[in-house]
Amino acid sequence: MSARYNELTISTPEGVEFVRRLASPVTRFIALAVDVMIVSSIMTLLSLITIFMQWVSADFAQAFTILLYFVLSIGYFIFLEAAWRGQTVGKRMMRLRVMDANGLKLQASQVVLRNLLRFIDSLPFLYFVGGSCALLSKRSQRLGDLAAGTIVVREPELQAPTLSDLGQKSYNSFRDHPRLEALLRQRVPPESSELAMQALRRREELEPAERARLYRRLAGYFRDEVKFPEEITEALSDEQYLRNCVDTIYRAAK
Amino acid sequence: MIIDLEKFIITRKPDWDEFETMLEFLESDSRHQLSPDEVQRFHFLYERVAADLAKLSVYAAEPKTKVYLESLVARGFGEMHGRSRGLPLLTRLAQLFTAFPKTFRAHFRLFLLVVALFGGGAIFGALALALDETAKPVLMPFSHLLGDPSDRVAEEEAEAADSDPMKGGKSTFSASLMTHNTKVAIFTLALGMTFGVGTGVILFYNGAVIGAVIMDYILAGEGVFLTGWLLPHGSVEIPAILLAGQGGLLLGRTLLFAQGRQSLSQRLRNIRSDLVVLISGIAVLLIWAGIIESFMSQYHEPILPYSVKIAFGVVQLLGLIAYLTLVGRKEEGALQT
Repeated sequence: MSARYNELTISTPEGVEFVRRLASPVTRFIALAVDVMIVSSIMTLLSLITIFMQWVSADFAQAFTILLYFVLSIGYFIFLEAAWRGQTVGKRMMRLRVMDANGLKLQASQVVLRNLLRFIDSLPFLYFVGGSCALLSKRSQRLGDLAAGTIVVREPELQAPTLSDLGQKSYNSFRDHPRLEALLRQRVPPESSELAMQALRRREELEPAERARLYRRLAGYFRDEVKFPEEITEALSDEQYLRNCVDTIYRAAK
Repeated sequence: MIIDLEKFIITRKPDWDEFETMLEFLESDSRHQLSPDEVQRFHFLYERVAADLAKLSVYAAEPKTKVYLESLVARGFGEMHGRSRGLPLLTRLAQLFTAFPKTFRAHFRLFLLVVALFGGGAIFGALALALDETAKPVLMPFSHLLGDPSDRVAEEEAEAADSDPMKGGKSTFSASLMTHNTKVAIFTLALGMTFGVGTGVILFYNGAVIGAVIMDYILAGEGVFLTGWLLPHGSVEIPAILLAGQGGLLLGRTLLFAQGRQSLSQRLRNIRSDLVVLISGIAVLLIWAGIIESFMSQYHEPILPYSVKIAFGVVQLLGLIAYLTLVGRKEEGALQT
């Protein structure tokens, strides 16, 4: 368990660790509210069927409604969490997922148990017991999660790794000055070069104004470290200057 | 440390993609299985991806790829160390038929404790009513039980002679009973999370109510009516609630008492499937009890003779006892030898 309570670190037998971010009780409550609304909507839609059934038998239609609501209100969560590997519609919307507390495959018995214990967690109103338990629990677990050995995590925003836009499409004019390039590699510490590369990799995540300010500062730092001839630097933007520097530093290792 | 991240990603990405494809295949349906060669390949790729994550963890400048690999390792870890693949629904239901009585027998001592609690409540309720009849509204706070039992019997039998007392309402009543009783059973089991105290209270309370009702009808000389009324559905419904109590006490005992050096989460993991088997079997019993209560218990003489109702209830109870005590014994014996 991580020192920070909103994270769960799981160590595999291979000695590798991975971190899952725990969902807060508030996000879980919102997801639950969405799910409850969906169940109600489905019930409203299906009640149209019972109107037709009433023509055949009012008794049967009434019985159907009672059973349908019961099965739907419990079965919705169990069926979806089992079918979608720990997600319901509400959880999908909030990017949440139920998983085994030890990182193992979520079992159907866990899904069933955590959902049956909603009866206790929802007491006395609006999930007061479950919410209080989740707030006090180190892993944000309600009673159902404790019994079933599950946690609810926030799904990270996944992006398959792509080759970054670091690759120099245009010619790096610094290459014409190998002595200065060597000096740059020698003077810039690894932390600074990593910082510059990171700034470029995260280009799209930065606000344009912030990005320009950051690149100006970083380019200024690199300009101070090594002075390239003015004829090749005067036409370069801060961003391009930074790209040339990063290309110079990391190209060396190829 | 990876110095050339670009090269690292280019070289390793095909393996990551292949591993992700295999994961998607496994995750798309819990019944999907890999061939032995594919399992080997899956294991190989998992170890490669885990190693890549370990390498990249040192390299803090690449959070997106790290998160991506973490996700792959987490999903792979779940598949690698997960248990057997899911079975078709029909197979599970067939397994439930024998698993339910076996689970009941595995925790039989808890069931005896449940019977003691419920029986204690019943004796308390019966004695309380016998000693102080004014306690009736407290012991049985249900309007339909507060009147004189003999009046009710006369009323119900007169109604039965005139017409079908449940005409046009059997299905609705049956559905209400099924859902209500299943909720009570789930609640009884779930209250095990209060270290079993809540389950114990519910069992004692229900025992007290039933004990008081029985005593009330016996004192009024309506024992036969009561047996005919309660036995057809009660011979299944009451055991079902007792079995739910068994599940609740199992949960409570697991929370309270250590078993060797096992952690609480390990102990809970050990009983999880037992609880699900119990509640699934209980649900089936309660569906049956709901049908019987609506379509049989509410019919009295002259429509349905009490002797038939009582005989039905006794046979049903014996059948249930036989099922719970005998089914699956062969498999248990085979396992022990």
